[in-house]
Amino acid sequence: MIINHPILGPRDAQEFVYLGDANLMGRPDGMTAGIEAFHDYLYNRDNPAGAHRELWYHEQGDRSWLVVTRNTVTHEILKVEMARDVARAGGRSK
Amino acid sequence: MSQSNRISGGQIDRKTSLQFTFDGRSYVGHAGDTLASALLANGVRLMGRSFKYHRPRGPLSSGSEEPNALVHLRTGARQEPNTRATVAELFDGLHATSQNAWPSLKFDAMSINDKLNSFLTAGFYYKTFMWPAAFWEKVYEPIIRRAAGLGALTKDEDPDEYDKGFIHCDLLIIGAGPAGLMAALMAGRAGARVVLADEDFRMGGRLNAETFEVGGVAGADWASAVVAELAATPNVRLMNRTTIVGAFDHGIYSAVERVSDHLSVPAAGKPRQTLWRIYSKRAILAGGATERPIAFENNDRPGVMLAGALRAYANRWGVAVGDRVAMFTNNDDGLRTARDLLAKGVDVAAVIDSRQGGDLLPGIRHLQGAQVIDSSGRLGLKSVTVRLADGKTETISCTALGVSGGWNPNVNITSHHRSRPEWRDDIAAFVPGTGGPAGLSSAGAASGAMSTHGALATGQAQALAALADLGFAAKADELPRAEDTPIVISPLWFVHEGKGRAWIDQQNDVTVKDVKLAHQENFIAVEHLKRYTTLGMATDQGKTGNVLGIAIMAELTGQSIPATGTTIYRPPYTPVAMGALAGRSRGKDFKPFRLTPSHQWAAEQGAIFVEVGNWLRTQWVPKAGETTWRQSVDREVLATRRSIGICDVTTLGKIDIQGTDAGAFLDKVYANTFSTLAVGKCRYGLMLREDGIVFDDGTTARMGTHEFVMTTTTANAVTVFRHLEYCRQVLWPDMDVQIISTTEAWAQFSVAGPNARSLLQKIVDQDISDAAFPYMGAGNITIGGLRGRLFRISFSGELAYEIAVPTRYGDAMIRKLMAAGAEFDAIVYGTEALGVMRIEKGHVAGGELNGQSTALNMGLGKMVSKKKDSIGMVLSQREGMNRDEGYRLVGVRPVDPTGSISAGSHFMEIGAPVDLASDGGWLTSKVYSPHLGCDIALGYLKAGDQKIGRKMRAVNFLTKTDTLVEIVSPHFFDPQGERLRG
Repeated sequence: MIINHPILGPRDAQEFVYLGDANLMGRPDGMTAGIEAFHDYLYNRDNPAGAHRELWYHEQGDRSWLVVTRNTVTHEILKVEMARDVARAGGRSK
Repeated sequence: MSQSNRISGGQIDRKTSLQFTFDGRSYVGHAGDTLASALLANGVRLMGRSFKYHRPRGPLSSGSEEPNALVHLRTGARQEPNTRATVAELFDGLHATSQNAWPSLKFDAMSINDKLNSFLTAGFYYKTFMWPAAFWEKVYEPIIRRAAGLGALTKDEDPDEYDKGFIHCDLLIIGAGPAGLMAALMAGRAGARVVLADEDFRMGGRLNAETFEVGGVAGADWASAVVAELAATPNVRLMNRTTIVGAFDHGIYSAVERVSDHLSVPAAGKPRQTLWRIYSKRAILAGGATERPIAFENNDRPGVMLAGALRAYANRWGVAVGDRVAMFTNNDDGLRTARDLLAKGVDVAAVIDSRQGGDLLPGIRHLQGAQVIDSSGRLGLKSVTVRLADGKTETISCTALGVSGGWNPNVNITSHHRSRPEWRDDIAAFVPGTGGPAGLSSAGAASGAMSTHGALATGQAQALAALADLGFAAKADELPRAEDTPIVISPLWFVHEGKGRAWIDQQNDVTVKDVKLAHQENFIAVEHLKRYTTLGMATDQGKTGNVLGIAIMAELTGQSIPATGTTIYRPPYTPVAMGALAGRSRGKDFKPFRLTPSHQWAAEQGAIFVEVGNWLRTQWVPKAGETTWRQSVDREVLATRRSIGICDVTTLGKIDIQGTDAGAFLDKVYANTFSTLAVGKCRYGLMLREDGIVFDDGTTARMGTHEFVMTTTTANAVTVFRHLEYCRQVLWPDMDVQIISTTEAWAQFSVAGPNARSLLQKIVDQDISDAAFPYMGAGNITIGGLRGRLFRISFSGELAYEIAVPTRYGDAMIRKLMAAGAEFDAIVYGTEALGVMRIEKGHVAGGELNGQSTALNMGLGKMVSKKKDSIGMVLSQREGMNRDEGYRLVGVRPVDPTGSISAGSHFMEIGAPVDLASDGGWLTSKVYSPHLGCDIALGYLKAGDQKIGRKMRAVNFLTKTDTLVEIVSPHFFDPQGERLRG
């Protein structure tokens, strides 16, 4: 697989480490959310046949965390974004 | 017998004679021969024994689809099993031997299986060896494995090197027949970066095996001229002897280049094979087609061959497989073989054509409406029995029979992404389906364009389409003139007459009977058919047999072939040697290791090293007179506790963390609080995973208001750093915090023991008295002007420091420390002594940080602050993880101090049964404590904190020990910590 890094261009997937569903970005606030909310956050996932947003880490590269939108059926990569930008856009700036 | 079957012509170099042996007998062939063509030229048809029935077999084909002619190539450590004689390039001194036969190829004892064939049908093993279960592993399987099978592995290490390589290109063209050559010509002239790969040593594909003209010259000569032009085109890379074995995501293909397989020994510095990873923007499959046989009784005798192979041996290699040959065909291509052989002066006995009507071949006995119903000749074909159109039978003597059931496009690579081939009635074959690998198109026979003109035209068209996609300007040239014979075929899959066996898949010995049995037992779906009969499951992946088996099942069920469907192909296209997959990752290079800064010094002292994560660390340093490791380790522990021990701790992960939010960031990632830590101080930190399980631990020092230095365990140095980046970029993207790994930047040594300060004060420029540098102090220092860092932390329980200098001074530092420590009898201790001292202190490490344990389990529950949000804080509060009867870290010692306990033992109550229900937990780490003079251990015991002082049994079924132990506090040594504050 080749991941088209937003800054570095196309890179071989071997340079990356896969984490999982990009919903992991939506961590609840531990001071207000309870165990149930954290349980859902950590363990409940959709398993779509099709477009899937997932977190990849460019460990053998620039150490960027990326949000990769990948079709799980064809492995086509539809979009690659810097995770930090996605996090900010998602309201994680505090 | 000297090349008795060699005839004129062919692309062999008759001036170069090559000596070779097969089963100990010497023969001569020529440069350009394969092992199979050279043996056939010498009149040798028998080359192997079949997998199950041990039937005598000769080559069926002239290419990589070969199911039968599998041999051992070479001798000694270079011996290679299951080499297809049809693609093994002949070299001088080649030694080949037959396999799967004993005592000899001509008399094989296991051919008794052939007589037992009525028992050995599809599903035989499943049905027969069901009972008793224990017999399977001990009796049946070893017998079957010995009897069935292919070649044998040499047990010697492969002396050759294998390599891996990477190529980037605009267009990858798979196959250098007319379609591939035409495509390469177009793309090369347009300036695209082209890779043209072909599994053969000679490019040209079928043009080398045919008598066609292309553009007014012989096809093979046209191919040579094109190859010469391409070779002179700098943007084209020609790769012969290179098989594209798999299609992967995003235009990546894997290829095996047989760099040195055609030589007896690789040239100096050259690998035997190279596994290439080819990154392409577009790819064209021009892999040609494979002929399929027609099944009839006893159709597997040496001498019965695909008609196209017979033609290839005559045209390309100048070999007449038999002195008298016959043809059995259901299509016009079979007639072409008869014509070519006749033109070469070969005696063609008859053409048995299953079709009625049409023109009769001139000058040949052309039997229309006839079928071959049987054959004779135990070790080689002697005759065939033919059912004539008028119902009479006739026996025709012949030593070779060419069989043509039509051609199957080589769709294999197009289905590597699960695309299913589609049936085309007009050519009676499967062609590539939709949804194949993105960017891959197909041309030539692989796409169903079966004529030479069709190959050239589709090759050009697909190249133009790819070039347009890639933005290269190119326009169609006038194509060279070539034959455009249509496919004329009336499908015939198997001859219905006869009670005997008619082979479909010769490598796995699958016959028409097996398909009938599968049908009778309702294994009708193609995937069931495949697994029940093993059709297409051998090393040839059913290249010649699959479609035949499916078509026969279709006929039995009365369904059409498209309704019956087809199985698909997976990588690799042809078998790949394990050596090629391993590349250079062998032996020491399988997993590289890293050396600590004091490695050289330690090696000079005769240290024993151990792999810890990616590192080699000193395990212990034996002194003269010490005969067991325990003597060395005990001495190192006692010497450290008595005066000074020094240990290289560079391997621990070190992360610099800076920024105005650095303290707040650490509060998020550590369960305990760091924002309140004073500058110049260290604190032990506990890091949880989000699920509340302990992830890692270590000390972190505050070097400045906005500057921290974190340490991690050796094992988690990489994963902790990855986690911190995740927290910093993804969870809290606007915290002002920067991190960098400095594990490699600092050489760090632990200096432990009552005299540690005295030693360090000799070399450190600053005052490090207890007042100036108290317990848990941290700071930047200099050592004779060299910048360094000092941390007053202790893992051993002694007064201890960790001193760090830039890595390149690490070797000088250990020498300086040892010189300065001489007056204190300072020693170096290894990981074993380190383990003893940390267990004496009750510190957790690998055995306790097992990915299953919480802070509460470790007795560190109070460290998890609930006053702030941190990773794992919320879920660590789950009820199930906070039960009073949960595991707690305890210390363990044998009641009898001379008793021995073993790690992994389970706690059992005295008097209770030793079973799972009574299991109280387990011992995680155990050492011998020279300080206490007995074994000590740590362990997780249910409600262990309430069981201190209790006696229990430590039972270990593996070491067969059952020891009475006492549960004690995990702090065996100096529980008040007076020594480390000294």
